[in-house]
Amino acid sequence: MHTRRQALSASAKLALLLLGAGVLPAVAQAQASGFNQTAFDAKSLAEVMKALGGAAPAASSDVTVSAPDIAENGAVVPVGASTALAGVKRLLVLVEKNPAALSAIFEVGEMVDANFSTRVKMGQSSDVYAVAMMSDGRVLYAKKEVKVTLGGCGG
Amino acid sequence: MADPMRIRAQASGDKATVRVLMAHEMETGQRKDAAGKVIPAWYIQQVHAKLNGKDVLSAQWGPAVAKNPFLQFMIKGAKAGDKVSVSWVDNRGDTRTDEAVVT
Repeated sequence: MHTRRQALSASAKLALLLLGAGVLPAVAQAQASGFNQTAFDAKSLAEVMKALGGAAPAASSDVTVSAPDIAENGAVVPVGASTALAGVKRLLVLVEKNPAALSAIFEVGEMVDANFSTRVKMGQSSDVYAVAMMSDGRVLYAKKEVKVTLGGCGG
Repeated sequence: MADPMRIRAQASGDKATVRVLMAHEMETGQRKDAAGKVIPAWYIQQVHAKLNGKDVLSAQWGPAVAKNPFLQFMIKGAKAGDKVSVSWVDNRGDTRTDEAVVT
């Protein structure tokens, strides 16, 4: 730049350009940065699938959800989601009656089994879902009812 | 800085079972403190795992994952001596990475 004035003007133009580009993707940025806020705000399985761009889920005996029949402490409920099927892209864990249904999304890469265990909080007795999103677009799920003696959302 | 994660990775056959216990409050944002003010949400949003530096797993978590989260998964083709690293990022932007060797 020949003069300070030109340099300042150029950088101001650049900043405006970036600002313009940056305003739009509060959404896109959330996605790009690896966390899908919309999906985690969704209130039901259907809404979650919409947020994740998945088809309507179909029950399948090839997907397994493991969870206790009765959870004494809703703050710590062990759940597992697994499937032996090939071609799984993602495994999801949902707790239907929680304030937000989606608990976790696991991206199933080629180096890991489609088999994950974790612990979730359950606010009340509810169905727990394991959902497999397949690379061919199918969405399969299994669910299990878990009774909770003491709710886990602190209320 | 958060407490370290405890990672155990055990090889069995051609897979390693990895169990991780992370130290994190996983606050849902639903609770209120004694004064009635909402305790803000504070929870791990992303988890990544690598085997010998190569990405093997990524996960997104919501606040419904229990406090001090537990995670178990299986890595194919891992053998004793391989290095497993697990990292998390929470909604405040804090992050933590810990490593373990497959036994």
